[in-house]
Amino acid sequence: MKSLAELEQIRKQTLERINLRKEDKSDLTRVVIGMATCGIAAGARPVMHAFMDEIGKRQLQHVTVSQTGCIGMCRLEPMVDVISPDGTKVTYVHVKPEMVPRIVAEHVVNGRPVEEFTIGAAEDA
Amino acid sequence: MRDISLHLSDIVQNSITAGASLVEIGFRLGEDRVLTVSVKDDGCGMSEELLKRVQSPFTTTRTTRKVGLGIPLLMQNAELSGGNVHIESKVGEGTLIEAAFHTDSIDCLPVGDLAETMATLVLSNPDRPDFSLECVSPDGGMEFSTAEIRAALGGVSLAEPEVYQWILSSLKEEIEPILGGIMK
Repeated sequence: MKSLAELEQIRKQTLERINLRKEDKSDLTRVVIGMATCGIAAGARPVMHAFMDEIGKRQLQHVTVSQTGCIGMCRLEPMVDVISPDGTKVTYVHVKPEMVPRIVAEHVVNGRPVEEFTIGAAEDA
Repeated sequence: MRDISLHLSDIVQNSITAGASLVEIGFRLGEDRVLTVSVKDDGCGMSEELLKRVQSPFTTTRTTRKVGLGIPLLMQNAELSGGNVHIESKVGEGTLIEAAFHTDSIDCLPVGDLAETMATLVLSNPDRPDFSLECVSPDGGMEFSTAEIRAALGGVSLAEPEVYQWILSSLKEEIEPILGGIMK
């Protein structure tokens, strides 16, 4: 394994950043990605990576990324739920890594869901 | 599934559902070009009766529907390359699943992005279980363990973006020289 000494540096950096976050937990946006057999086969892993990349690049404090199992609409995978601090949930379907920067910029950061990527738009089409 | 790493993401999920506290993953490529992928967990294990049924796509422990495709799809792809899947399990002790792939077969899947798979597994399961990875080939070997990383981080979550990026980049760097020839 790569030098564990590097981790000490990362630990310090992370702690500095998290201390900013701790003050305000009510502010947390959650990104939840479907990662069952269907999601994985449809390409959920690169989508998850794209979210981590974008969140890292923008140094966002109030976002967590996690996974869930099969939601039961396998034909719409990869699916991503964005749950805002007020509890509203928006479901994005057929998500590709290229779509992630827009979802992060418009929805996670600015609070405006990207209508055209949502499950509502997909079902109407 | 397009590559073996994607199968790994999927199969490991079974270990997590089984309540494992340690999941040991191995990628061992022999001189004979056979790649053995193993996942060993200390989860709840399976009864003999379930073990017999587990290779059927109509077996699942989920209650919401009647199909489960993880193991059948893995078997299909291992067998397409001329390999096989072997499962051992004991109730209360855990499960070992081993898939052999003949990497010289034209029908063998590539390993794919194993580093990203491991990094997303850790990210998705930051508290439990611990994961270990061992890659061995005639070109060398590497080991990775989240237990050691967890200890070094002392309370900082494995799901933090900085930690994710570190795990991803260190795995990429270490896996490439060992399995580089069969990754794509």
